Amino acid sequence: MPMYTLDWFANFGFSVLRLSTPLIFAALAAVISRKAGMLNMALEGMMLTSALAGVILSGFTGSVWIGLIGAIIVGVLSGAIIGFSNLTGKTDLYLTCIAFNLAATGGTVFVMYLLTGEKSTTSAAIRAFSVPSITIPLIDKIPLIGKMISGHNLLTYLAFLSIYMVWFFLYKTRLGLRLRAVGENPKAASSVGINVTKIGYISFLISGILCGLGGAFMSMGWVSFFMKNMTNGRGYIGLSAMNIAAGNPVGSALAAIFFGFSDAFATMIKGRGGDFPTEFIEMIPYVATIAALVVMNIIRMGQKRKIEQGVKQK
Amino acid sequence: MAQEVLRMDNITKIYDNGFVANKNITFWLNKGEILALVGENGAGKTTLMKVLFGLESPQSGDVYINGEHVKIENTLDAIDKGIGMVHQHFMLLPSLTVAENVALGIEPMKKGLFDFNKAVKMTQEVADKYRFNIDPLSKVEDLSVGQMQKVEIMKVLIRGAKIIIMDEPTAVLTPQETDELFEQLLLLKEGGHSIIFISHKLEEVKRICSRVTVLRHGYCLGSYDLENMNESDISRLMVGRDVVLKIDKEDPKPEEVVVKIKNLVKINETGKKVIDGISLDIRKGEVVGIAGVEGNGQSELSDVLCGMDTFSSGEVRINNQDIVGKTVHEIRQMGLAYIPEDRMRHGCAADLSIKDNIISDRFFLPEYCKGLFMKHKYIDQLVDQYIKDFEIACDDKNQPVRMLSGGNIQKVVVAREFTSGSNFILANQPTRGIDVGAAEMIRKTIVKKSRTEGTATLLISADLNEVLECSDRLLVMRKGKIVAAFPKANEVSEDELGEYMLGIKTMTAKEMENVL
Ligand SMILES: Nc1ncnc2c1ncn2[C@@H]1O[C@H](COP(=O)(O)OP(=O)(O)O)[C@@H](O)[C@H]1O
Ligand SMILES: [Mg+2]
Repeated sequence: MPMYTLDWFANFGFSVLRLSTPLIFAALAAVISRKAGMLNMALEGMMLTSALAGVILSGFTGSVWIGLIGAIIVGVLSGAIIGFSNLTGKTDLYLTCIAFNLAATGGTVFVMYLLTGEKSTTSAAIRAFSVPSITIPLIDKIPLIGKMISGHNLLTYLAFLSIYMVWFFLYKTRLGLRLRAVGENPKAASSVGINVTKIGYISFLISGILCGLGGAFMSMGWVSFFMKNMTNGRGYIGLSAMNIAAGNPVGSALAAIFFGFSDAFATMIKGRGGDFPTEFIEMIPYVATIAALVVMNIIRMGQKRKIEQGVKQK
Repeated sequence: MAQEVLRMDNITKIYDNGFVANKNITFWLNKGEILALVGENGAGKTTLMKVLFGLESPQSGDVYINGEHVKIENTLDAIDKGIGMVHQHFMLLPSLTVAENVALGIEPMKKGLFDFNKAVKMTQEVADKYRFNIDPLSKVEDLSVGQMQKVEIMKVLIRGAKIIIMDEPTAVLTPQETDELFEQLLLLKEGGHSIIFISHKLEEVKRICSRVTVLRHGYCLGSYDLENMNESDISRLMVGRDVVLKIDKEDPKPEEVVVKIKNLVKINETGKKVIDGISLDIRKGEVVGIAGVEGNGQSELSDVLCGMDTFSSGEVRINNQDIVGKTVHEIRQMGLAYIPEDRMRHGCAADLSIKDNIISDRFFLPEYCKGLFMKHKYIDQLVDQYIKDFEIACDDKNQPVRMLSGGNIQKVVVAREFTSGSNFILANQPTRGIDVGAAEMIRKTIVKKSRTEGTATLLISADLNEVLECSDRLLVMRKGKIVAAFPKANEVSEDELGEYMLGIKTMTAKEMENVL
């Protein structure tokens, strides 16, 4: 096998980081919601609408930046819709999120059809734009590492920067403190005059920005067009990543990268061809998600059991 | 002439469900006094204070502060007007530090960021000024209940409150912690603070308050100088009849062992031995009391005995059957009846009716079913009888339990557990936070059942009066161990008990040998 050269490793590493990008954004969005006391299941739909918005706006204005900002704004608006329904309208959060996801799946196709007449992808109808990639001077000269971490899409770097920013926001700012307070005990927070509803909206807003970036990466980085249901479960995987790390921003991002790794792995195997059914290979990232959740839980339960020693013998 | 700092005038509060919690209530508070606000559970004390603190908006009524008419629409308004509230259920964030809890909402800032060091300093200053011995850097989840309460008081003080509301502050404290709290309150009073003190415990009211305002069923029965009132006067006003604070009971004639606990050990997730080698027998016809400061393994013991939690080693037998690996249902079949500590979470299904709650442990028995159907007529009769027997105040048996007051919810739980035909009753804090009348009825029934039906009872309670009154044998739990055992509960003094509870004294295994 002529495969495993230095170049191969560099390429594989590059692809891990690239595929982790939307997952990191989704995981961080989930972290923000979780810290505010909510399980935001609508990440999927929020990313999907943002992805479409980015393509449409950049295509029609001819500016990738307007597309990117548009994607973020639509992400925020999506968050605002769910927030309004849940916080002001007092609807059930889970049902609202599920409804939003379903609406987003159908709605994006509908809008795409209205604007382009196409039902599955905008690639032929709308001019393609991509957020530029960046070559990091000096670092790109380092063997192996250089190829792995230089030359990525701007949004990939932003994803990693966001890990720090989310951590900083949560643990160093007043708003972060208040958001965590609301998430832990809303009654306690409101008893000291914190506006719980407002904090809820803010969490959806930040979640929306992150989903906007994640969606923009899907349609203006990973590829440069919109495709029906192109997020393909990444919102949910981000949610699982957050769950594995119990809402810790850094841990959640690491879990997201692990899922990015399994995604890259699946892509790599598929690329090699062979008679393995591709449907099966495509399951890998999702199976990895379930496996990781189960393993984490077994570890947690094992720790508990070890401490308790000889629990109930059945 | 005393200076009036607060007056609530003609307050009426009707909840969304139409319940009138406060009806034309008027009272006032003088500068530098501690005013007692007393009333049975559900009398509307907390509601009235929530109105004052801006957490509930009243239908009508006015509030005056220092003689000036004010509008309080939210907590910020209230804090702004110098009002602070220490809630009945703590409003703390366990995962955060003391300093963060104290500063939350009024966070000091530096360069646009939360200034943690400044928060620590502010907290330390308040702690020093009012002599609270608390480390601002410790996490709230590591504090004792008494310390948590101090954090709550510091939160109020740091916001510059002049009027301090204390909603049943002593409910969760040990006698010693209560003393400490009272010293602190007197200190605050001297410093010119005015305090509204809510309590069920009349001797406490007599100890530190100068006046008392009495509520009953949402009405105000007036405010009185405590000088010329004794405890039974107040209790008469509160419940409208004299409450006998003593239970007369004959000596038990304990017979065979119903429950046998041997070397029980439970280690929790964090590796702490929460139950540390407990052995004891409970016999037919006796009430065994377990006193202790909350959080010394009593909850864990009760969870293990009823099968809601596992244990690490040891043995528990109920009516000679081992409970290892058995479900709650199976253990109940062995003869357990259980009054849980948290009635809303484990004692009842709040949204279901009184009837459904009462038959929830027995609906599957042939007595209540006919083929696939329930014998509703028969059940209705039975439930109506129980409602009468246990004096459950309600509209009718189909009313959801959550609409009832705490005391009546507990009566529903008790009605179910006491009629289940079990010969072992595990009662964990059976009268916590309920009114004097309901508490008295429950205590009397516990004793009566043991005498007339030979029930074996394990009574776990933080209420000293209760364990002393109802128990035959009395044990004290501390740090997961039994540290004292008295053969006759009515010969134990509260002071002595307190010393064992706080670990000032411990009995040796030999001293306790014949009592366990
Ligand atoms: N949010 C609410 N909705 C409806 N009824 C309530 C609500 N809160 C309290 N109540 C009812 O109002 C009555 C007074 O409650 P509360 O003020 O808490 O009494 P207290 O503090 O004197 O024990 C109780 O019967 C309670 O069930
Ligand atoms: Mg109350």
